[in-house]
Amino acid sequence: MSTQPNLMVIENTIPVDHDQLLTELGRDQALDMLATMCLIRAFEEKAEDLFARGMVHGTMHLSIGQEAVAVGATRAMQKGDYLLNHHRGHGHCLAWGSDVNLMMAEFLGKETGYCRGRGGSMHIANVEANNLGANGIVGGGIPISVGVGLSIKMRRTHQVCLTIFGDGAANEGAFHESLNMASIWDLPVVYLCENNQYAMSMPMTKAFNIERISQRACAYGIPGITVDGNDVLAVYAAVRQAAERARSGQGPTLVEAVTYRWRGHSKSDRQAYRTREEVKAWQQRDPIRRFAGLLGLSEQELAVYISEAQRKVEAAVAFAQASPEPDVSTILEGVYA
Amino acid sequence: MREITYVEAIREALAQKMAEDPTVFLIGEDIGIYGGAFGATAGLIEQFGEERVIDTPISEAGIAGACIGAALTGMRPVGEIQFMDFVTLSMEQLVLQAAKIRFMFGGKAKVPFVLRMPGGSGTGAAAQHSESLENWFVHVPGLKVVMPSTPYDAKGLLIAAIEDDNPVIFVEHKLLYKVKGPVPEEMYRIPLGQSHIVREGKDLTIVATSVMVQRALQAAEQLQAEGIEVEIIDPRTLRPLDDVPIIRSVKKTGRALVVHEAVKMGGFGGEIVARIVESEAFDYLEAPVRRLAGLDIPIPYNRTLEYHAVPQVENIVEEARKLVKGVY
Ligand SMILES: Cc1ncc(C[n+]2csc(CCOP(=O)(O)OP(=O)(O)O)c2C)c(N)n1
Ligand SMILES: [Mg+2]
Repeated sequence: MSTQPNLMVIENTIPVDHDQLLTELGRDQALDMLATMCLIRAFEEKAEDLFARGMVHGTMHLSIGQEAVAVGATRAMQKGDYLLNHHRGHGHCLAWGSDVNLMMAEFLGKETGYCRGRGGSMHIANVEANNLGANGIVGGGIPISVGVGLSIKMRRTHQVCLTIFGDGAANEGAFHESLNMASIWDLPVVYLCENNQYAMSMPMTKAFNIERISQRACAYGIPGITVDGNDVLAVYAAVRQAAERARSGQGPTLVEAVTYRWRGHSKSDRQAYRTREEVKAWQQRDPIRRFAGLLGLSEQELAVYISEAQRKVEAAVAFAQASPEPDVSTILEGVYA
Repeated sequence: MREITYVEAIREALAQKMAEDPTVFLIGEDIGIYGGAFGATAGLIEQFGEERVIDTPISEAGIAGACIGAALTGMRPVGEIQFMDFVTLSMEQLVLQAAKIRFMFGGKAKVPFVLRMPGGSGTGAAAQHSESLENWFVHVPGLKVVMPSTPYDAKGLLIAAIEDDNPVIFVEHKLLYKVKGPVPEEMYRIPLGQSHIVREGKDLTIVATSVMVQRALQAAEQLQAEGIEVEIIDPRTLRPLDDVPIIRSVKKTGRALVVHEAVKMGGFGGEIVARIVESEAFDYLEAPVRRLAGLDIPIPYNRTLEYHAVPQVENIVEEARKLVKGVY
């Protein structure tokens, strides 16, 4: 275990001009991004609360502290693009524009949920919105992105596939096979590694012998970008650049957004592998407060966004709780088309 | 005798073998300071150090390969796959390498390692964290497959598995980890390939594996009250399979029910049924031999659906009753 709190400075490897980006986005969209970050935070806090009260059967992986990655990345995509994400995926799913009610219903295993209560927290998908689902298998979505990219290319639809995975996933063999295939065929895929610096108890520093996961891009002959993952605009800029490259037929990019997981890995994690000080120090870099500050919002103005988000989440809980359980008579349904 | 939990029994077996044999080491994801996802290796890194309790990146093919290579060259690794589901990522190394090396090399090499993994549903972990894949391995000559149902068996079988000169797939169950039972403090071995008669009875033979042994025992208690006496056999090792006590039992009872959690089609139950009907027990059968197993679906997330996806005590009671009463 590292005794030194990990307080690394994350240097962007592409220029990130906040003023320029804010001008391009416009104030309304920027505020909407902040609202989405607040919605994710509120959803995760509620999920944690429901879990603590014994109302959730299963596990969950919270993305509190990582909201900038989900929001920055998804805003850089266009309508009709595809999303593949991972187990810590509530944020990506919400930022993709999913209905918070249907997400909460899925989290609580209800028939009205996105996956009729069959999938749960780790498997939320919304195929109608080209959200091809979260994944319970670390790295499980990465090879699928090759097929999605191939299909886009064959169908000539100019869509892009955003594939989000963790630092841990980059050490599965599938990562290597997939990035290489995407590269040799110039597939329109954005590989976004949401590096929260730990894979469960494994610190990134022990699992890799390189400084930056984006360095791996050179092994595949594609661009690699690292950005501060707690800066929503930096993530936006990086993913936008990668998406433009993909859409114009030049192939994939590996984007690494460095962030930090505030909570334990999942439901039962004593977090013996890191210090309290380290967690506290990273909490000082709260992506929500940071963005609110950049937008010049006061505490009171931010509070309005937070309470609006909480209101939506409460309504979602009410919706989910009023929803029916799946009927046992339907248990055999849905295995085959 | 002292009572400890199934997971404690596993930990004790690991610690005792490591203390005794310097070639034994542990390798897997989050098995060090985290102590393993289910706590099986808690405290072992403190006791044996990082050199013998090795945390890996998330690389299941690599873990399997590391076990094989180290085993080929004089070590006795015990690997951990965090959930049995993820062993699908290790399959090539296990099935095409570990299982075949000795044979392909004309018997001139050995690959002594154990790969531990928890299978099964019941924790709300959904379709990709609840698999029961033991029969995939049963189908592969060269592998051994062990599936303990009690703390006592877990310790004795794990020690025997580590001492075995072959690759052993050691299938634990998430719901059993907290189950307590009597376990001797000293080291002992339960030979691989020995079925165990868990309970004697004259009316029906139930062959059950893993958590289903516990459920069959509860069912047997209820059936006893109705005057039905159930004999329960736990194969404990699925490959090699000791079918002698099973066949003997069916000759006595004339009826057999196989219960496992894995999906029925292509499951281990088919093998047991075949062994019975291919044997002299066939002539003693008074009823069809039946299987009670997981439904033909992935494990659902919803708690109620998950419950109904695999055999429960009441299903065993009902099925046993039908067989004994002759109404199917
Ligand atoms: C193939 C596979 N191996 C192991 C696991 C267990 N597991 C789930 S999440 C996780 C850590 C993942 O780390 P990372 O990819 O960095 O994502 P994070 O959890 O940090 O968001 C592990 C080991 C799994 N789900 N799938
Ligand atoms: Mg991580």
